[in-house]
Amino acid sequence: MQRQLMSGDEAVAFAAVDAGVALGTGYPGTPSTEILETFAEAGGHAQWAPNEKVAFEVGLGAAFAGARVLVTMKHVGVNVAADPLFTSAYTGVSGAFVLVAADDPGMSSSQNEQDSRRYAVAAGIPMIEPSNSQEAYDFLQAALSLSERFKLPVMLRMTTRVCHSKTLMERRPPLPAAPAPHFVRDIAGRVMVPGYARPAHKRLRERLAEILKENEASPLNAEHPGDGKLGIVTNGIAYKHVLEAAPQASVLRIATIHPFPVERVRAFAKSVERCMIIEEGDPVFFEQARAAGIPVENKPEMFRFGELSVERVRRIVAGDVSPEPPPPRATPPRLCDACPYHPVYDTLRRLDCIVAGDIGCYTLGVMEPYRAMDSCVAMGASIGVGLGLRHVLPEAEARRVVSIIGDSTFVHTGVNGLIEMIYNPPATGHVLIVLDNGTTAMTGQQEHPGTGRSLDHDAAGKFSIEGFARACGVDQVDIVDPVADPKGFEELLKNRLASNDLSVVVARKPCILAAADIRGWDKQIAEKAACGGGCPT
Amino acid sequence: MSHIVNVVVAGLGGQGAIKASDILADAACRAGHDVKKAEIHGMSQRGGSVTSDVRYGKKVLSPMVPHGEADFLVVLSPDQVEVQRPVLRPHGILIGPDFVDENELPNKRSLNVALLGALSHHLDIPEAIWMEAVHAALPKRLHEVNDRAFRMGREKAAATPRHHR
Ligand SMILES: Cc1ncc(C[n+]2csc(CCOP(=O)(O)OP(=O)(O)O)c2C)c(N)n1
Repeated sequence: MQRQLMSGDEAVAFAAVDAGVALGTGYPGTPSTEILETFAEAGGHAQWAPNEKVAFEVGLGAAFAGARVLVTMKHVGVNVAADPLFTSAYTGVSGAFVLVAADDPGMSSSQNEQDSRRYAVAAGIPMIEPSNSQEAYDFLQAALSLSERFKLPVMLRMTTRVCHSKTLMERRPPLPAAPAPHFVRDIAGRVMVPGYARPAHKRLRERLAEILKENEASPLNAEHPGDGKLGIVTNGIAYKHVLEAAPQASVLRIATIHPFPVERVRAFAKSVERCMIIEEGDPVFFEQARAAGIPVENKPEMFRFGELSVERVRRIVAGDVSPEPPPPRATPPRLCDACPYHPVYDTLRRLDCIVAGDIGCYTLGVMEPYRAMDSCVAMGASIGVGLGLRHVLPEAEARRVVSIIGDSTFVHTGVNGLIEMIYNPPATGHVLIVLDNGTTAMTGQQEHPGTGRSLDHDAAGKFSIEGFARACGVDQVDIVDPVADPKGFEELLKNRLASNDLSVVVARKPCILAAADIRGWDKQIAEKAACGGGCPT
Repeated sequence: MSHIVNVVVAGLGGQGAIKASDILADAACRAGHDVKKAEIHGMSQRGGSVTSDVRYGKKVLSPMVPHGEADFLVVLSPDQVEVQRPVLRPHGILIGPDFVDENELPNKRSLNVALLGALSHHLDIPEAIWMEAVHAALPKRLHEVNDRAFRMGREKAAATPRHHR
């Protein structure tokens, strides 16, 4: 096979194809999105789920049936999937189940920089972490085989630099196929009522103990001898920075993040005069090594924030905690000039609304000239936060509160908020604006259930935002085109804010970056339907 | 460590900075080097700034060009020149957006390829390999315009004294 320049995301996708992964599912999120897109292009069966929890559960079902499964999401997506994640460690799987969690240290495109390694420890899920594209390829397959051997879900942790950097890699010969899926009843293993969950927890700890034994001797954990003075324990992309920044140091790179091979680290620390842990993000290795009584040093607190780099590692090694030069001033992104969201934010600003916002391109309404967003916390949070504000603010202020959410975000977790809205309505009612631009624009224009097209843009079932709102019993459901009729939109909003009704306003106008593609896909679908699906391809 | 060539390409979303760095990385790869390329492109489509690092040589470790160690800085947007200049090492070479006359370009969108042409003059990658990489990255109908843009940048660089900044 030929060496190719590939991103870590692409490498994972090709590894999944070559490993005979039967199903890839997930929810878009930078930096993980390209994995499923590439998997689909390379012939894999890939689908977008409405959110990460659903993706995780669909994947789990397929792995219960014996298939090899890949589930992808960004780090904060793991929060959404955390409920089934924890208990899946008890149920285990029959086939192979790998969850890719893509962390974003430095927050190039995220709302926080949480460290997914904590999840592996907390949930008792084995985790491996690659540092370049070749490893992304090889470790995905290693994770699948670990999952298959120990019948446990396995996490592959990636970070933005590994997901998006292109490095040379080569594909390997395809893995032997998995046995065909079939159902085997295992009530005690899969039904987590307390009576079955108690032994399942013990089973989990036993399996983790066995995996720990393997990890202590795992060839994935590379060691580079140095001059014996300074030893550095590191992981992920930081490993590459360390090799470059401290060529004289002895280096132990831990790829088997969990269970953490603590005796390997102890022996390594003994072999050098001074041992430091250099890990991007939280002090996860450091805490575990210290808890085991290993004399290791942590990086200074200032390096916990943001990404590491060659120059930051040099500073850590030198103990230099002087202020760092500011990074080049980035030009912030903004709404495209012709974005259909402009008239909406213009209105919200002029009406001086209190805006409980959400996550997507539309979060850019917080920028000048609008500054028309007052909170943005997590996907779907706009509705609950807006309702909470309405419940306690004095009436004059409560009437100014609007929740605003994108179409993909509404399907993701907004629906739950809407159910809360009709169940516990504030005295002043509430107004929810759904910005339906017909795509998941922020992450690069992916489909979602509301578009009625599948991941590969073919016809699919279509979730109706207004239909759902009506079915919930929302008092007023309006569909408007804010670009064609900005005045009408403003009048409507004023009206709804003045009443005590529960109101959903769907502001519908395609994203200008996606509009041409959307027309093209719909045309293809219509043509296919016209010839009854029997047309020559 | 053996010698590594460090290039940073910077611009605003939509200007083709990432395309340019893809072509450079591919050319270096075709020329037999180890190559790594890193970029942050999360929100680039929304007009935000984009930088892409390309490093090549015998063996590349970190994919990111250390601050102040870029040998070459290629900038597509005038407002990014001063912002990005500190990534250059002392005596590093800046190839800015005004290096070629925009009006002489066969197509304004091929500024990225024209500046690559200028960069190519300084790098030991054969011209034929550059052309392969340019063609592999672009649809056929754009080959001719970009070939011309590339040559324009390359010839201009050959005719310009090395100290041009
Ligand atoms: C839990 C979680 N999953 C995924 C993401 C990544 N993400 C940010 S916004 C967004 C969706 C935006 O789509 P939409 O709501 O349609 O708004 P648009 O960008 O089109 O304006 C996604 C998937 C995230 N921030 N959090």
